[in-house]
Amino acid sequence: MTTLTAKDKDAVRTFWAKVSGKEEDIGTDAVARMLAVYPQTKTYFSHWKDLSPSSPSARKHGITVMKGVADAVSKIDDLKGGLLTLSELHAFTLRVDPANFKILSHCLLVVLSIKFPNDFTPEAHVALDKFLAAVALALAEKYR
Amino acid sequence: MVEWTDFERATIADIFSKIQYEVVGPAALARCLVVYPWTQRYFGNFGNLYNAAAISGNPMVAKHGTTILHGLDRAVKNMDDIKATYAELSVLHSEKLHVDPDNFKLLSDCLTIVVAAQLGKAFSGEVQAAFQKFLAVVVSALGRQYH
Repeated sequence: MTTLTAKDKDAVRTFWAKVSGKEEDIGTDAVARMLAVYPQTKTYFSHWKDLSPSSPSARKHGITVMKGVADAVSKIDDLKGGLLTLSELHAFTLRVDPANFKILSHCLLVVLSIKFPNDFTPEAHVALDKFLAAVALALAEKYR
Repeated sequence: MVEWTDFERATIADIFSKIQYEVVGPAALARCLVVYPWTQRYFGNFGNLYNAAAISGNPMVAKHGTTILHGLDRAVKNMDDIKATYAELSVLHSEKLHVDPDNFKLLSDCLTIVVAAQLGKAFSGEVQAAFQKFLAVVVSALGRQYH
């Protein structure tokens, strides 16, 4: 579905430069929101002692996820190749239904909208939406 | 029948009392047309939609965005029977406008993002959950009369 144009990649890299330093806050907020707004996502974390959005496990997971997204930005020219290991992890070990990638992407965009109300313009939004969709596709690459 | 908690009722009323319909409506619709350009198919007579700047500055987009928010207002005032409130609008979107109901969700997501920017930190996870539940009920009601 998505081929990122040069313009898209530039927009993502430019916006991501602004995110620098705030990744942890953004990641933890996005995962917390996901658990609160889409309770069905909690089914993947039944091994956590505390499933509340503000739990230490949720916070830690937000940081992990965000590191992955930041990594994807650096590998934006070859997401399929760059995210191969992560794709294998999600396909064979985690087996997260790919529908959930869309859910988390949406929550991430909501957080970006709150934290960067002026920079998260419609143009930045479409580029990031395309990017996150491309990341999701790369993550689902090894599923079947 | 949709069950609303006290928190959800209060949250929806609060959000709609705080937002400016003529700011949020146009911004949400414009964002939808930019982020999901295929939605432009329904607005062939709106004139210049060639790029993001044109869309954001288009007066017909602005007017329609405001109309949509006022339409949402009807659900805010009738939370216990949104299905009936939107029966006519559902028929209109299906029979006359021929809008693919999947598009309602796209606009819904853009509305969430615009309201999030407006309310900032106050748009917590719990508030977002209530708002998205409200929009999901609206979207379902609007798709009800399609056949």
